[in-house]
Formats: sequence, C-alpha cells, structure tokens
Amino acid sequence: MRLVLDQVRQAFPSADGRGGQVEVLRGCSLATDDIRSLVLVGPSGGGKSTLLRILAGLDVPTSGQVSFDGTPLPRDARGRLAWRRTVGTVFQAYNLFPHLTALDNLLLPLVHVHRLTRAEAVRRVQEPLARFGLAEHAAKRPGQMSGGQKQRIAILRALVVEPSILFLDEPTSALDPEMTAEVLEMIRELRDQGRRLVLVTHQMRFAKKVADEIAFVADGVIEAHGQATAFFEMPATPRLAGFLETVLA
Amino acid sequence: MTGTQAKRVAVHTAVVAVYAGLIWLAAARVDYAWNWEGVWEYRGMFVKGWLATVAISLAALVGSCLIGVLGAICLQSRRVVLEAVVRVYVELIRGTPLLVQLLIGFYLVATAVGLENRYVAGALILALFSGAYMVEIFRGGLAAIPRGQHDAAAAIGLSPWQSFWLVVLPQAARIVLPPVAGQLASLIKDSSLLSVIAISEFTLAAQEVNSFTYSSLESYLPLAAGYLMLTLPLSWIAGMLERRFHFDA
Repeated sequence: MRLVLDQVRQAFPSADGRGGQVEVLRGCSLATDDIRSLVLVGPSGGGKSTLLRILAGLDVPTSGQVSFDGTPLPRDARGRLAWRRTVGTVFQAYNLFPHLTALDNLLLPLVHVHRLTRAEAVRRVQEPLARFGLAEHAAKRPGQMSGGQKQRIAILRALVVEPSILFLDEPTSALDPEMTAEVLEMIRELRDQGRRLVLVTHQMRFAKKVADEIAFVADGVIEAHGQATAFFEMPATPRLAGFLETVLA
Repeated sequence: MTGTQAKRVAVHTAVVAVYAGLIWLAAARVDYAWNWEGVWEYRGMFVKGWLATVAISLAALVGSCLIGVLGAICLQSRRVVLEAVVRVYVELIRGTPLLVQLLIGFYLVATAVGLENRYVAGALILALFSGAYMVEIFRGGLAAIPRGQHDAAAAIGLSPWQSFWLVVLPQAARIVLPPVAGQLASLIKDSSLLSVIAISEFTLAAQEVNSFTYSSLESYLPLAAGYLMLTLPLSWIAGMLERRFHFDA
C-alpha cells in the first residue's frame, strides 16, 4: 500500500467549554513507498492514535488529505462507513461486545455487514480460530477470557472480513508481558503472511522487527519517517534520538 | 436451606408477626369490632380491582419505557430542539405532584381532545408521569456504555442504527433492568391515585367496600397486602437482577 498524507490537521473543541479548540494534529505530511507494514511510534499525546483513527475512517480530519494507493479517503459519513467495511481496526481495549460469546462477536460483522448466512459465517471462522489456537474459547463470553485472548479474538474479528488493511492502535498496551507476547506473535505471523498493517505501538523492539517503514509522530507532526533499519540506526532528529534512547534503554 | 438462611427467615417472620400483633393490639384497645365476613362477601370487587391495577400498571410501564428510550436518545442527539423538548417535559413532570397531573390531564386535556375512556386516559397520564423518570434511567444506561464500544461497532462497519440495535441497546437493557423493575413497583403504588378520577382499580375498590360495610381496617389491610403481593416479588427480582448482570468489558 502507498500512503500519502498531505498537511493533515485535526482539532477538537477544547474541554473547558469556552469554545476554543485544541489542535492535536498540526499538519502531518508523509509519503510511503509501496509497503506492507507501517508502524507509528512516538510519545504519549503526540497524535499517533488520532492519526490512526483518521486512517481507519473513524474521524474526519479538520483539513488535509489522506490517500491510500492514490484514492483519497472519503470525508462524508457514508463514504467513511463504506471504507470501514473494507478495512479492520483493533483498539487497545473494549473491542469485544460483552453480551455476546467470542463466536458471536466474530459472526456479527460477517452476518450483519457482509451478508453471509450464519452457516457460511461459522464455516469461515473455523479455520482461523483453529490456526491461532482460539477454538476452545469460542463459546466463552469476554468476561471469561484473559486480556490476551480477548485481543486475539478482536484481531480475528477484524481479519475474518478479509480487510484490505488492518489498523491496530496500541493493541498490547493494556496487557501484561506474557499476554503482550502472544498478541505480538499473532501480529508478526500476519505480517509474515503479507497482511497490510498500520500499527501504533510502544513496543520498539517489535516495531523494528515488523515494520517496513516507521513514522515518528510527536507534537502533532510527523517528525521523522523512513525505512526501519535507517530509522533506528541513524535517527533523523535529536528529538527522535532522545525518544529512542529512552524507550530502548 | 442453610443454617444462617433459616435463622434469617425465622427472625424476619417473627418481626412480621410482631407488627401484625401490634395492629391487633391497637384494634383491641379501641374496641374495634372485626367484621371480616362482611368484607369477604365483596371479595370479587377486590379481585377485579387488583387485576385492573395490574393491567393499568403494565400498560403504563410499556408506555413509560418507550418514552424513556426515545427521551434518552433525544438527549444524546445533540440537537438543541430535541434536547429542549425532553428537558422541559422532564422538569415539569418531576416538579409537580402526580395528583395535579391527573386532575389537569383528565379534566382538562383528555376532555379537550375528546378522550372519554378513563382507563386509557389514566394509563396514559401514568405513563407520562413515569416516563419522565425513565428518561433519566435510560440516559444513565446509555451513558454507562464505554465509548470504546461505539468505536468497535463503527470499526466493524455497523451503521449507526445497527450499532444501536445490536451493540448498545442489548447492553443498556441489562444495565437498566434493575432500576426499571424498581420503577414498576413505584408505578403500581402510584396507580392508587387513579382512584381520584374514578378509575375502578384496587384502591377505589377498597374504598367502595368500606363505604358499603363500614369496616375500614378489613378493607384497607387487604388493600395493603394486595400491593405487597406485587411489590415484594418485584423488589426481590430487582435485587437478583442487580447481582446477576455484570460482565467485564
């Protein structure tokens, strides 16, 4: 996928209720090669998640353009709904619907969005469930599963609709080290299969392993961007160098 | 039944017996002539009145739940007109006594629109009264759903209506079930006021039997027992529901 960002800005009404605005993205620009995986890193509050939400079609930028493979992202609600139906997004938490079993969570988008019959949908999810070792959890409710199991089911749910791109927003930030490892392992496997990914993460070592290109998002702009090896070995800015030193220590 | 449970039941029964004994003592002191036979002749009226109370309360419950859901949706809609309509309605209803609403509602409004059927008018007024409290209950239920659930629903490509119907409402329904059960108990008790517009429900039946037999205690004690028969199981169910419905997101 080729991603092009052109001066993307995002502002929100400020929380103090006085009618002001907070600018979270202050002009992000980026142009990638034709790559498989893009990883966004950066300090908290820097704008990574805000940017991911725009790419995933959840929010509209205040100004600026986003294009995937030359096609601009729609700004209207209907267009963004259509886009969201072709991609998959996994968040840090609260992905699964607690009133449904894991299996029903997986079937929901297949049946209600992609118009499969329940039988067809059940057939489609059998193999992925088995492949990622989650078949035994299919009948459980989210309340009965561990954080790692829930996140992996959430990733599966995003996958079974055959998305063109998978967006992951800090999928392991709410997990302990052991569960983090099992989720990262699943993501690495997807990447090795050739899945197109955009990942926001704090897991720097993982980012190094999995990314084709990395972008450093800080203070609402993309401060640095490049291929994975160069990015880490020759940090483009002092700010990035400082950031890498802290997180890779 | 375990030892502690048996002990609890025994103590509760003893306390009820003490209260009953106190009433009997008070009656004995004023030389009250009990006339249960006279009142027993009118048992048919009691039963009819009790059934009418149940029917009107259920009808008002359905109506008030509808008002509650619609009102809560309007409050969340961020459209000023809808918000205002609901807010004014809620403040008016919660700020005035049900008795006043019944009198105005029946003698002014119902007469003006040509609604002659007291039962329908009574159930409607009761529904509007209870609906104002339901709006708050449902608003709280909707607000209790984590923001992440709306994002997850949008991310898998559900339309706004699908999100509401498949994800939000099922979860909100579980959250509001205990307070709604409590509200039904209040409705049943409040329906006793319908007697002032000559609706033949349970309280009016007891008042009429009293006027025929001049046996006030024998009319009004069964009246209280009849309401308890409805409200006690409800409060037990509400408590059970509250304990049952919590799951981890």
